Amino acid sequence: MVLNEQDYQLIAEIQGGLPLTSHPYAAIGERIGLDEQAVIDRIDTMLTSGVIKRLGIVVRHRELGYTANAMVVWDVPDERLDELGERLGALECITLCYQRPRRLPDWPYNLFCMIHGQERSKVLAYIDRLVESQGLSDIPHKVLFSGRRFKQRGARYQ
Amino acid sequence: MATPASIMRHNQTKDAIPLNDLEKRLLNEYQKGLPLSPTPFRDIAERLGTSEALVLKILDRLQKLGVVSRVGPVFKPRQVGTSTLAAMAVPEALLESVAERISAYPEVNHNYEREDHYNLWFVVTAPNQQRLEQVLQEMERETGYAILNLPLEKQFHIDLGFPLWC
Repeated sequence: MVLNEQDYQLIAEIQGGLPLTSHPYAAIGERIGLDEQAVIDRIDTMLTSGVIKRLGIVVRHRELGYTANAMVVWDVPDERLDELGERLGALECITLCYQRPRRLPDWPYNLFCMIHGQERSKVLAYIDRLVESQGLSDIPHKVLFSGRRFKQRGARYQ
Repeated sequence: MATPASIMRHNQTKDAIPLNDLEKRLLNEYQKGLPLSPTPFRDIAERLGTSEALVLKILDRLQKLGVVSRVGPVFKPRQVGTSTLAAMAVPEALLESVAERISAYPEVNHNYEREDHYNLWFVVTAPNQQRLEQVLQEMERETGYAILNLPLEKQFHIDLGFPLWC
């Protein structure tokens, strides 16, 4: 979809979160001169067209004890990338699954999966089971656990 | 913006914040599909068998505690503006100070340490590709470390939020 000036205003108002009030869409509308139903319709259009992936509660898993956060990177042969990406991306406990470019010779990995867990040992065991059950033993991979978090907030594009 | 004090605070939070059953249901069931009705929180409360006031109170509390970052949209990457995942290999002793410089850019929204030769990972967003590349170059110049620029090429998962039983 093509976004117009008013859409960008709407995005700027909602990207940091909706106001926690009885009529949040009306409150957003008041700030940018749209009525409640127009705000709802426009958000609905952005959801349908995929500009917005989801609308809901954005949870910070770390505060809930999910401190073991692994980025698993795989060096997948090009011809197997789509098939494997779709298979891994569909697994419930893999929260993100992306293709990214290799940067040879420094970085040969082209598939990225994010796995969150409450304990490092459990995440590693999950990855072991994954390698076995999905037949991935011939695909080089590496696990990068996260350490300190220096900054986290929603993306701001404006 | 992350200050050293806020970094310390996050990393010293060892104990998970406990959730009661209602809070767990709220977080599990509404990471997507917030009702697009005039009164979304009242609708949620009805479905969960509680009051709108309590739903709002819980969300406000969890937001203040940092468990909830926001109730709102997650945009599909590169639909609104553009972004990339960037990595740097920084000597351990300098990591905190380099991270602080990177976090200071308003274009950076996530900035994490990871256990690897590439030990600093961050997401850079910009209104367009030209500005994005300009920011990456500025960062390389300012810190003296090369950036591994890993833009998204294809997304395989469907983002349904994060189930709390994993």
